[in-house]
Amino acid sequence: MRRTMLFLPGNNPNMIMNGGLLGSDSIIFDLEDAVAPDQKDAARELVKSALQTLNFGKCEIIVRINALDTPYWEDDLEEMLPLKPDVIMPTKVSGAEYMAKLVAKMDEVEKKNGIPVGSTKIIPLLETTLGIENAYAIGTSTKRMAALYLGAEDLTADLRCQRTKEGKEIAYARGRLVCAARAAGIEAYDTPFTDVEDLEGLEKDARLAKGLGYTGKAVISPRHVSCVNKVFSPSAKEIAYAQEVFEAIRYAKEQGKGAISLRGKMIDAPIAQRAKIVLDAAAEIGGLLNE
Amino acid sequence: MYPADSIHLNKNGKIKKEELAKMKIIKAAIAGTVESSDVMISVMPGEGKVDIDLNSKVGMYYQDEILKVMKEVLQELDVPSVKIKAVDKGALDCTVRARLKTAIKRAAGEAK
Repeated sequence: MRRTMLFLPGNNPNMIMNGGLLGSDSIIFDLEDAVAPDQKDAARELVKSALQTLNFGKCEIIVRINALDTPYWEDDLEEMLPLKPDVIMPTKVSGAEYMAKLVAKMDEVEKKNGIPVGSTKIIPLLETTLGIENAYAIGTSTKRMAALYLGAEDLTADLRCQRTKEGKEIAYARGRLVCAARAAGIEAYDTPFTDVEDLEGLEKDARLAKGLGYTGKAVISPRHVSCVNKVFSPSAKEIAYAQEVFEAIRYAKEQGKGAISLRGKMIDAPIAQRAKIVLDAAAEIGGLLNE
Repeated sequence: MYPADSIHLNKNGKIKKEELAKMKIIKAAIAGTVESSDVMISVMPGEGKVDIDLNSKVGMYYQDEILKVMKEVLQELDVPSVKIKAVDKGALDCTVRARLKTAIKRAAGEAK
């Protein structure tokens, strides 16, 4: 379950040491934008040492690496993959060709280190206009693909427009990315809300993303974690309805009925599937029974 | 705890020095910061021995532990001669280890 992905600057020990205690489902050790070019070596060493030593509990471990047009990405993979992070997050991903180059290197490093080839998943950051237009090709480019993740800051620079809290300028990209991800059978993650103080704006932004079909959202501040977790968790009403759906299915089976209805509405396969997703999520978050 | 490719033990658990090339400190280098939970480590070419000057805000309680971690790193990287100055602001062992490794690799001209 991945409702929140919290960025931790890769060269900041104070943030890293508390990474597992901040309530996010995933933590992203950032070797890219949060690390100055002359500190890439220090950040890799610090993240390596932290991953070898510290316990991050149930948090999924993601490492954001530098883009393929930099001199850093191969060293990032050489040093990070042996530590078996759950996910590698490549940046500025532009298309299937980019992914093929990355995957070839990951295959090589995994093989060299005795790690099952293909076991490290990928969540690419799509933050260029070309990346957005190629979203489906990227999403279907490798079996390693776990999700697509929208990065709006670089994207709006590429679009040559202002980034706003309302986000009208990224409406197309948000729709395109979530549609491509769902068509590829993978998850979709929304861009961070960058005003750390504006928790009301954050909630509105997260609800918008959830309404579009996003699975969760990246966050750049620990202060944003609980709000985003709450938005992307199923509500008590959603859980109760999902339980009613399964109760109706069970009852119809008992009665030998082919058609199933609940409160006068037909229960079809998509409704049952959605109910299952809600109950699976509830079970993972709160330990609720999932029947 | 250590990356498998960076330390070699014989049957008695001792490091097999002959399998490791000595890391020579050829210039001064620094790693880390003086922010909370970090340690700033400066290394310089030594005079045939390891010389550590540690200034830690938690030194009263953890000086021995910090020195032990630093000596382990020096042994692991096979650095027989170096001068180290460390200003510690409450760094965890993993941070001390990372910062010292970074400083040494930079000082040996091996930083990537």
